[in-house]
Amino acid sequence: MSAVMEAPIPSFGDEAPTDRKLAIICSKGSLDMAYPGLVLANAALSEGVEVHLFFTFWGFDIINIKTMAHLQFSPVGNPATHMPTALMGLPGMQAFATHMMRKQIEGIDVPDVPEFLELITDAGGHLWACRMSADMMHVTEEDLYDRVEGIINAADFIELSDGAQIIFI
Amino acid sequence: MPLATIDSREIHVDDEGFLTVYEEWTPGLAKILAANIGIELTDEHLAVITFLRDDYPEQGQTATLRRVTNAGGFPTKQLFQLFPKKPAKKMAYVAGLPKPVGCV
Repeated sequence: MSAVMEAPIPSFGDEAPTDRKLAIICSKGSLDMAYPGLVLANAALSEGVEVHLFFTFWGFDIINIKTMAHLQFSPVGNPATHMPTALMGLPGMQAFATHMMRKQIEGIDVPDVPEFLELITDAGGHLWACRMSADMMHVTEEDLYDRVEGIINAADFIELSDGAQIIFI
Repeated sequence: MPLATIDSREIHVDDEGFLTVYEEWTPGLAKILAANIGIELTDEHLAVITFLRDDYPEQGQTATLRRVTNAGGFPTKQLFQLFPKKPAKKMAYVAGLPKPVGCV
């Protein structure tokens, strides 16, 4: 008789019905601040977690069809660029830094913002826009990415994030 | 746990049960692995698994969901239907490959 044991079967957590739910508030519209929310949303979805992304204030740039493909990275006041602060405000520096960051993102085969939103919604993620921001910026549903499910108010968000873990970015 | 039995064949697996030797995988084994996690393997599943198997030696790593969609041509929605809830890990398991390491 062989002493070799039967191979284990990985647990994919299917037995326990997952009620895990994630609500990510995206409040920033710069290129570098858009990605954390998108990456986490996508990762959570591929782990079977229900995901809601709530876009508010500057986060609107991520779902505004005019801006979503053109988010910028500003090196001003960002010590993590390891460059002299005085140089960062020079003309052309933001465009250059944005270009570099886009190249780096593409280099590791991470999608741009519009494709990322497509991926997230294909995977079952929900996109919501903030009512107050929409009113302030005179933005309507026609201005927003067509997969945004609706413009909802703060109370709606509190309701839909019931039982969710919340990440504010 | 380096060596274990699956369907009375001796196979190298890791602690979780993922195959660790690329060559030990067979389509027949895929059927058993799929059944282990509650999936009845169809031709649609096999097409995805075949892409993963072919892609792995070229890339040196298991394709991420996005790669299976973009390079393999399988829509993300379909992958979630075929391998519910955790498609990336489930596909890798059935294909006898390690879990994908990429974030996206």
